[in-house]
Amino acid sequence: MILVEDKDIVVPGEVLAEGEYYAGRGTFKDETKVCSALVGLVAIRDNKISVLPLQSKYIPKRGDVVIGKITEVRFSMWNVDINSPYSGILPASDVFGREKRDMNKAFDVGDILFMRVVDVDEVKKVKLGLKGRGLGKFRGGLLVEITPTKVPRLIGKKGSMINMIKDHTKCEVVVGQNGLVWVKGKPEMERVVENVIKTIEAEAHTSGLTDRVRDMLNQLLGNEEDKEEEEQYEEELIQ
Amino acid sequence: MITIITNRDLEAKNSERPDGRAYNELRPLKIEAGVLERADGSAYLEFGDNKVLAAVYGPREFHIRRFLKPNMAVLRCRYNMAPFSVEDRKRPGPDRRSLEISKLTSEALSPAVFLEKFPRSSIDVFIEVLQAEGGTRCAGITAASVALADAGIPMRDMVVACAAGKANGQVIMDLSEWEDKEGEADVPVAIMPRTGEITLLQMDGQLTKDEFEQALDLAKEGCMKISEEQKKAIKNRYGGD
Repeated sequence: MILVEDKDIVVPGEVLAEGEYYAGRGTFKDETKVCSALVGLVAIRDNKISVLPLQSKYIPKRGDVVIGKITEVRFSMWNVDINSPYSGILPASDVFGREKRDMNKAFDVGDILFMRVVDVDEVKKVKLGLKGRGLGKFRGGLLVEITPTKVPRLIGKKGSMINMIKDHTKCEVVVGQNGLVWVKGKPEMERVVENVIKTIEAEAHTSGLTDRVRDMLNQLLGNEEDKEEEEQYEEELIQ
Repeated sequence: MITIITNRDLEAKNSERPDGRAYNELRPLKIEAGVLERADGSAYLEFGDNKVLAAVYGPREFHIRRFLKPNMAVLRCRYNMAPFSVEDRKRPGPDRRSLEISKLTSEALSPAVFLEKFPRSSIDVFIEVLQAEGGTRCAGITAASVALADAGIPMRDMVVACAAGKANGQVIMDLSEWEDKEGEADVPVAIMPRTGEITLLQMDGQLTKDEFEQALDLAKEGCMKISEEQKKAIKNRYGGD
């Protein structure tokens, strides 16, 4: 017997179903009852009940791509903050190969890097690597932080949402699995993207979001164009 | 001499509580989740004249090697009373009482949290009492568990706390400051409402076995009522239903 409906908001400890059901992510089983462990939205698929969290911390997983900030330069590695309870390390051998060079010249404290999680061991040591397409250091741009659980929503089905944002604003947008988003383009467009991302984060649990974001983009960008036209008009008047 | 007769007195004739409440009546309660921007999760709670703010950070990296647990997270609590929270100024900083309450809050919340999901990390809970009027440890635990849920930390249940006790020879629910100080006994209780498991049970004063059982039942009844408000607070944060 299922006691809740799809997409209901539930709280920790709430009983979701009783009887022959599987406890999916965000839930746990107490004897025959399936209970929620989180604040989130119910997702029912056949006999499996899960809860999609509305807020979470990033837990590193092998193969994820993440955006991180260098916090410390050590003798043969960098310490990286990856917006998670576990900090990452980037070994120097990964950057230089065999030869040793000046660490500070490659990456310094405060640099923003796009990396892949190479390995997470039992003691939660997170090894990062730079081998792969598009991985490396970011120059300039803007960092936006969102809750990691909302990353799939920002990307959309097969990248529909993120591609729409890129097309409309002509910005480069890179999303890390850890909830950090790097944006680079015209400064005013960067700000538009930041606003759009914050809206997506706030409304991630509602449906029909892609259409609303499209409207929002059209509206924001429409205004920008209007403004430019107005400015041109004003300049003509002055002349 | 002026005597004021109210309807309430006629209804509950054995009510001799100074604020006119019935023996099983709570003080007015208000909970709001997600009030602080910087914290991962937060809650503000008003319970009678108590005003409590709770903030949760984490799970986050834990640097103190001595306390780190390789197989689970560590839940740390800090209960603090503002100097202006009580009638005479409270000397700021931790004292014996707030250290005790910090420890017991952490022990009351820990059984509900899936600590094993975040090994080698820490979850930090901060409880600030802005105004106190009896039952701040219960208010603190109730607020902290809303803040934990708001932070997205997986839990078996939302812990809720309520006190019961005895004043003027009557067993009553949710003692006010006056009843706490002048009364015969105070029994704060924290439970996990789904299973009814007790995570905190203290007693200050003297009760007979029967009275103690009555008080425990009353406290549990109060917890159930408060639990509903906790759930509402979380659901309201996300538009509610």
